[in-house]
Order: sequence, then C-alpha cells, then structure tokens
Amino acid sequence: MIELIIIFIKTAVVFGVVLAHVAYTTYAERKIIGRAQARMGPMEVGPYGLLQPIADFIKIFFKEDIVPMNAEKVLFQIAPLIVLVFTMINLTVIPFDRNFILADLNIGLLFILASASVAVYGIILAGWSSNSRYSFLGGLRSASQVLSYEIALGLSLAGVVLSAGSLNLREIVIAQHNTVFGVYAIPQIIGFIVFVISAFAETNRAPFDLPEAETELVAGYLTEYSAFRYALFFLAEYVAMYIMAFLCALCFLGGWTIPKFIIDILPFLEKVPGILWFAIKVYAFIFLYIWVRATLPRYRFDQLLNIGWKVLIPAGIVNLLIVAFIKRLGL
Amino acid sequence: MGQDALTQRYLPVLIVIIISFIIGFSMLLISRLIRPKRPYTLKLTPYECGIPSTEDTWERFNVKFYIVALVFVIFDVEIIFLYPWALVYKKIGFYALLEMYLFIFILLIGYFYAIGKKVFNWSKE
Repeated sequence: MIELIIIFIKTAVVFGVVLAHVAYTTYAERKIIGRAQARMGPMEVGPYGLLQPIADFIKIFFKEDIVPMNAEKVLFQIAPLIVLVFTMINLTVIPFDRNFILADLNIGLLFILASASVAVYGIILAGWSSNSRYSFLGGLRSASQVLSYEIALGLSLAGVVLSAGSLNLREIVIAQHNTVFGVYAIPQIIGFIVFVISAFAETNRAPFDLPEAETELVAGYLTEYSAFRYALFFLAEYVAMYIMAFLCALCFLGGWTIPKFIIDILPFLEKVPGILWFAIKVYAFIFLYIWVRATLPRYRFDQLLNIGWKVLIPAGIVNLLIVAFIKRLGL
Repeated sequence: MGQDALTQRYLPVLIVIIISFIIGFSMLLISRLIRPKRPYTLKLTPYECGIPSTEDTWERFNVKFYIVALVFVIFDVEIIFLYPWALVYKKIGFYALLEMYLFIFILLIGYFYAIGKKVFNWSKE
C-alpha cells in the first residue's frame, strides 16, 4: 500500500513538472522566435507576458468543440486521447536522476520505441476519421513521415545499445560515464546527428512540420480539430519533444553525469546535483528545437522522405557497423 | 525474477496510463460543461476552402503510401533483430560481428532493389 502511494506521488511530481514545462515551453518558443524576428513576443498578459500560457489554457477551455457531421465520431473523439496517453507513458522509463525513475524496466529503450509506434495509430485515426481531404492526406503524410524516421531513430539508438550492452536507460548512462569521453555523442558522432534529425521529424517539428504547411495541407491531420481536442494534440507534441530531449540527454550526452575528464580539470563541478546537469542538457535540446524552427525553411514532402530513406538510414547503418567494429577492437 | 517482481515493475506503467487518460478525459469533460454548443449545418461541414464537399473522403489514394508502409515493416523488423544482437554482442565475440555484417549485407540488397524500383521517388518524371 505504501509503495502504491509512493508511486502515485512520484507520478504526480513527474506529471506536474513536465506539464508545467510544456506550458512554459510554448511561452519560451514564442519569446525566442519573436526575438529572432526582432519582435518582442507576448508582452501583454502579466509581466513580460509571463502569464500568457495560463491565459491560453483558460481560453481554450471556453472554445466550442466542433465534430464534423460526416466524421467517424467515436474514433474522431478518442484519437487525441490515444496520442496523449501513448506519449505520456514514455515518461515512466526516463531516469531523471541517479535514483529517480518511475519504472526501472530493463527494456526501457524498446518501450519508448514501441509506444512511439502506437502513437502513430492516433495520427492515422485522426486523419482518417475526420472525413476531410486535408485531414486524410495530412494524416497519411504525417504517418509515413513518422514511420520512416522511426527506422533512422532505431538505428542510431542501436549503436548506443551496442556500446552500452543494455536497454535500460539508467545502465546506459552509467556505462556511458565509464567510457573515455563520458558521452556517446563524440565517438558516435554520425549516430548523434542521425538521432537529432530524426528526433525533429518524429515530433513533427520544423523543418519537418508538414502538418503546419498551411499552403498545401491547411493543418494536416489537425484540420478538423478544435478547442480542447486540438489542445490535447498540442500537449502531446510538446511532451514528445521533451521525451526526445530526455532520450538525447540520456543516450548521447551522459544524462545526469558529466564526463570524467571535465571533473579532472574542474573538480568542484562534481558537487553540482545530477538533476541540474540533466536539466541543462534537456533545455539545450529544447532550445535547439526552437532555434531551428526560427531559422530553417520547411522541406517538401518528397524531400523529407528522401532524406529519411536515402541519407539517414544508410548513415545509421554505417554508424552501427563502425561502432560494432570499434567495440570488437576493444576500444 | 518472479512473477510478483515483474508485475511490480510494470505497475507504474499501468498507473501512468490510467492517470494520463484521466487527465485528458477529465479536461475534456470539464470543458464540455462550460463551453458553448451552437452547431449548425454549415459549421459542421468538413473544411474544403469554401466549396461544399460532395462525397466521402474514404476512397483510393496514392499507392506509394502502402509501399512505404511495407518497406517500413521490413526495416523495423530488422531493427528489432538488431537490438538483441547488440545486447549480447560482447558475449558472442567475433562471430557476432561477421553474422551482422552478413545480415546487413542481405538487407542492403533489398534496400538497393527498392531504390532501383524508385520506391522513394515521389516526383513524376
């Protein structure tokens, strides 16, 4: 019984922290993109516009929820919930610190890949059930985008599994800490780049944000959604961004640890709590997301699939072969 | 590892599924209580840039989407095969390296066949 209460408290903490971060990531995104375009970003609600996410949240509660009359109503209504739930369960296997993890599964990485595949169902169902041409095409495109880049993502993470010899994210971080560089991003630089690019595509973010290509697809599979159902998709997208940032920090950047050679030079850094290092790495990745969105133009759909299949997958395979060879030599 | 320990490990996953479902569902429910509901026919038609839509969307679409899905299945299964190999790589030794090079080589034949058949070629020339 006590254990159950502890699990509930931990879950509540994780959800609270992540959802608060999601709310303020939307604020940070608007601020940073605003600054990048020499604007101020949100300024009206609260000091420096700091209450803007809360105002948006309240506003969206009062919006009318429109379900198109020809739509497949049940599927239309549960699709956002599927996406949300199967994005949120990824949070269970993420170790935020040395001893803070909701479920210490020995197949953590596989779990994340599996639930990412299930979330694709939500996209397809949302696009199909709307019975609108834009939604339908947008759903198909987004689904094939997510599927294509999942292969590249899986290949780049296979290199990590190979080096660490474990699927448990906590053990991956520990194995990583014991290597010469302390991060896998340096010896597996190809895998790291492949991972970052496919993480952008997996979460439907710029420069691969086809659902937001207004000129051709209106809003992709989100076209017919309104009010809170739309907000659920939005929420899931930002949680997915954080999951990718967590994965990047854990698998390539050393999670809550810092490389040993840095500790040798600056010994006082060891005193810094691990969760802080983890947060810095995650924030840096989130900032990269926003920075790229402010900088790069969007890809066309055929270009997007070409990058996925003809560049990233071969690069992922090459990375894996190199890592296997290096590991064989015992370096 | 016993049955109990296994269940206990996966218990948080179940709890997270339930809680996140409740969060999403209850928010929709609360919103349902306070939001306006004034539907009329024109508002409920699917978005079509102003033109009334004539029929259902559920018809034939580009076959390339199917092919991408098929190739995805093959490659995804490949990755699933790679993971256990990566896990036990150190124990098996040199043989594992050879085996996997062979496996990937066979896969690459299929990959180049797909490229030769222009599966990933979306422009029309």
